[in-house]
Amino acid sequence: MNAMDYSNFLVMKEELSLVAVMVILLLYDVFGSKKSLRYFQPVACILFAVHTLLHVVPSVANESFGGMYQYTPMIGVLKTILNIGTLIVLMQASEWLRSESTIHKRGEFVFLLLTTLLGMYFMVSAGNFMFFYIGLETASIPLATLVAFDKFKSKSAEAGAKYILNAVFASGLSLYGLSLIYGTTGTLYFEDIPAAITGAPLQILAFVFFVVGLFFKMSLVPFHQWTPDVYEGAPTAVTSYLSVISKGAAAFVLMTILIKVFSPIAAQWQGILYGVIIVTITLANLFAIRQKNLKRFLAYSSISQAGYIVLGIIGGSAMGMASLVYYILVYMVSNLAAFGVIAAIENKTGKVSMDDYNGLYSTNPRLALVMTLAMFSLAGIPPFAGFFSKFFIFAAAAEQGYYILVLIALINTIISLYYYLLVVKAMFINKSDAPIAAFRCDGAMRFSLSLCSAGIVLLGLLSVIYNQLSLLGYGM
Amino acid sequence: MEYTILIVLLPMLTFIVLGLLGMKLKACTSGLIGTLSMAVTTVISYATAWIYFTGARVDGVYQKWVPFNIEWLRFTDTLHIDLGVLLDPISAMMLIVITTVSLMVHIYSLGYMKGERGFERYYAFLSLFSCSMLGLVLATNIFQMYIFWELVGVSSYLLIGFYYTKPEAIAASKKAFIVTRFADLGFLIGILLLSFFTQTFDFGVLTSGDRSIFTQAAGTTFMGCSVLAWATALIFVGGAGKSAMFPLHIWLPDAMEGPTPVSALIHAATMVVAGVYLVARLFPVYYFETPEVLHGVAYLGAFTSLFAAVIACVQTDIKRVLAFSTISQIGFMMVALGVSGYGGHNGTGYMAGMFHLFTHAMFKALLFLGAGAIIHAVHSNEMSHMGGLRKQLPITHITFLIACLAIAGIPPFSGFFSKDEILAATFSFAPAMGWIMSFIAGLTAFYMFRLYYNIFWGTPAEHEHEPHEAPASMTTPLIILAAVTCVAGFIPFGKFVSSDGADYIIHLEASVAITSVVIALIGIAVATVFYRKKSSIPDRLEQTFNGLHNAAKHRFYIDEVYLFITKRIIFNGISRSIAWFDRHVIDGAMNGLAFVTNKMSFAIRGLQSGQIQQYLLVFLAGLLLITLLVLVC
Repeated sequence: MNAMDYSNFLVMKEELSLVAVMVILLLYDVFGSKKSLRYFQPVACILFAVHTLLHVVPSVANESFGGMYQYTPMIGVLKTILNIGTLIVLMQASEWLRSESTIHKRGEFVFLLLTTLLGMYFMVSAGNFMFFYIGLETASIPLATLVAFDKFKSKSAEAGAKYILNAVFASGLSLYGLSLIYGTTGTLYFEDIPAAITGAPLQILAFVFFVVGLFFKMSLVPFHQWTPDVYEGAPTAVTSYLSVISKGAAAFVLMTILIKVFSPIAAQWQGILYGVIIVTITLANLFAIRQKNLKRFLAYSSISQAGYIVLGIIGGSAMGMASLVYYILVYMVSNLAAFGVIAAIENKTGKVSMDDYNGLYSTNPRLALVMTLAMFSLAGIPPFAGFFSKFFIFAAAAEQGYYILVLIALINTIISLYYYLLVVKAMFINKSDAPIAAFRCDGAMRFSLSLCSAGIVLLGLLSVIYNQLSLLGYGM
Repeated sequence: MEYTILIVLLPMLTFIVLGLLGMKLKACTSGLIGTLSMAVTTVISYATAWIYFTGARVDGVYQKWVPFNIEWLRFTDTLHIDLGVLLDPISAMMLIVITTVSLMVHIYSLGYMKGERGFERYYAFLSLFSCSMLGLVLATNIFQMYIFWELVGVSSYLLIGFYYTKPEAIAASKKAFIVTRFADLGFLIGILLLSFFTQTFDFGVLTSGDRSIFTQAAGTTFMGCSVLAWATALIFVGGAGKSAMFPLHIWLPDAMEGPTPVSALIHAATMVVAGVYLVARLFPVYYFETPEVLHGVAYLGAFTSLFAAVIACVQTDIKRVLAFSTISQIGFMMVALGVSGYGGHNGTGYMAGMFHLFTHAMFKALLFLGAGAIIHAVHSNEMSHMGGLRKQLPITHITFLIACLAIAGIPPFSGFFSKDEILAATFSFAPAMGWIMSFIAGLTAFYMFRLYYNIFWGTPAEHEHEPHEAPASMTTPLIILAAVTCVAGFIPFGKFVSSDGADYIIHLEASVAITSVVIALIGIAVATVFYRKKSSIPDRLEQTFNGLHNAAKHRFYIDEVYLFITKRIIFNGISRSIAWFDRHVIDGAMNGLAFVTNKMSFAIRGLQSGQIQQYLLVFLAGLLLITLLVLVC
């Protein structure tokens, strides 16, 4: 490569503006007076919202650093989705961050959260495995600290330890796989690798080692076991971030890498995904049925949702790409709505068990309704967005001829309906002697929940969104 | 012209606002909001119609305008569901009809519904109905029409069941919904067939005159008829359900359980003519591709018209008389469309049908609103509780009389002109049918004046309170509609609406006009002799034709036939066995599945131990297993 050309950086507009937001907030946190810091969280939300709005319209495809960094409109859309999700998480975290034990380190929280987001930006924009790996690690390590953010709570600390150990293990295997890929192909650029892939056993081995790293991130079975423990122990805001943003980014990257880089061994990876999807959806469903803790319950639910997401990948078609991004978007609003309600209740009462939710509708009808919307959407009941996202993802898989797989997924949808409705039943039908008392959450939380509810109701009905995505899908 | 979408959006917004905030507003505020928004919609609609009728002609022929369109769902390049606004002569005319009557009903209800529980709910539903009806007539494609068609059904259901504490109202709303929904199934299948073979939903393409798109459907046969004929016939079934054609008419008389202004709006002027509108909308398809279906429409219309007119002669509930009269008049419109040709003077029937739709909407709404004023005064629907009301209710009396003269077909009131055109078209199609329709017109005059005399003349009944004239908010709409009824006949309707969009000059055929007026006068004369003063003739006739009278009084036992089929045959014979299968086989399988699932989830719980070394072991084992499987397979 020639001498460094700084104009390369200008292609990375979104990354630059995120870094700018981070730096401003960091300086504000360090140098702001105690009085002015009262506005830290609103300012953080607003700054980040501005950043989101600036990049909401995807620009034209581009690349820099000799192809290391890639930009396509679809990547732009995905980053916007991640931004919206992060913004909602920030809003939902505000009340918790103001509590006594965390108020002094809220600046840290925002900074770490945005750092992981930056890592994900790199990850989804990568055109080279080295770049990709840096992104992956940038996203992972701050996440571990976020998981352990309530460090004086033993569960949070334990979750942090579990997460970092698992992550290091997965990342080590991944790196090993990458080194084998480099060894057998002689390059790390996505563009150049396909030509050198022959399907030799060593390459297959390398591929599997590499890909389980992403499976770990998406918590697909059997690389999922950290998920319930970490989800349960981590602060709820971090759990919701883990379950949607981190997972969504990983799913997108998995798809681009599989299609762009490993297309010569498509038959093999389709076989792997086939098996992993069945095991993931089924096993996660079976576990979810028995959960009493709502955060653990949502952990298993998110594992099985990840299985559905992979359905979009297996076809490897443009429609699959569009439905995958759409699914991520819908899953994000639904899951964030559920976690928002859980966070609100946990902040006020500390209760996270399903039995505690008995009779919630009589005391907090709005929260119960939002939670119901979220459960309906996750279960895929029409006319909510979750139905459409499942429909498109099934259609994409069926289009490629995976009828049996779609059938199995459908049967699992029915099973999942059972446990999602258990939550609804608890809130509406079950009686309780001491239901959670009526309360009002703060403005940011209310706003974020309304945003999510609107998303659940409208995303499916406004077909424009899916149509736009499917147009972009052809560009990948 | 994009603002035309407001015609649909404004009532919808009102529905949302009233639906969400209604409970917090004062009753009168919500009524005013609904009425004001309807007034604005009316102004926009009139402006739209004006702009359309003055500007849409190219070489003397009205063009179709699509001022607003968005693609909603795309299946293939030609097959996509759009949401948009289609302006052509009939949709522009319907805009005027719907908004006028709806506005009148909104104003009228301010007085009629005053103090009712659920006043704001009532206005929210009225707005929902207006929104869906306007969306229906403005639909650019058959699927959009279907969407709004169902919405119209829902709002009708909600309004019929408005007094949800009354068991009759609940039963009536369910009946209306189920019967029309059943018919809509035919509509949906028809749409699917038509769109599958023609690859389009778009009205513009379907009626463009390009016959090549139908060749495939016309060439395929099913049970002896072409698929195209099946499709158009099934689409008509949907229309017959909404327009209460025999034998799907049974819901309409019962629908009178709803508030009277609702009957005026939905069950007289707008929703029930949706079927007529549907046939008119697809008229070129019916006429050119499946004339046999179109003739079937005519015969069914004529039969329904006669059937309903006979029943109307013996009903004693004034709203039911009006309901059967509506069915009969819709039959007239169907006949008009069914016997019509296409283009130039052949298109008399089409023009006449639309004209009658227009005039009928006005005078039938007037009749219902008048009936509402009467019911408001005497607190009863039964004729026997009325009589001699002309002194107490002078405004209602005069306006009601005007409407009766109009529907009987006496010049110069509007009904004469439109009905005369229908009769002329029928005579030129088949003289026998012309005579039958003339006879029905005579029956119409008879039963309407039977109604009129029983209410306003005859012996006054005992009343707890002295009946008094309705408030101004109720009489104003009456006066306005009466004025419209007086002058609407002189509208050169053929200049606006005709089968091919070109000018159609209406000229009265003296022979037909004189015959129809004479027949109408005979009908009125007979009614006068029978009912003006207490007379024994009706009772004696009743004795002589006891069987016929009883049958007509029980609406020819059609409802009982339905009950027999549903309760005895379907419930007992079919549903029972299905229920058994469902309970024992399907539920058994489902319970088995649930049992197995439960057991399995119990069995595997040990896998999640919480120990990190075990997690990593599973991780590694999974990795190796995958590698092995891939390498081996």
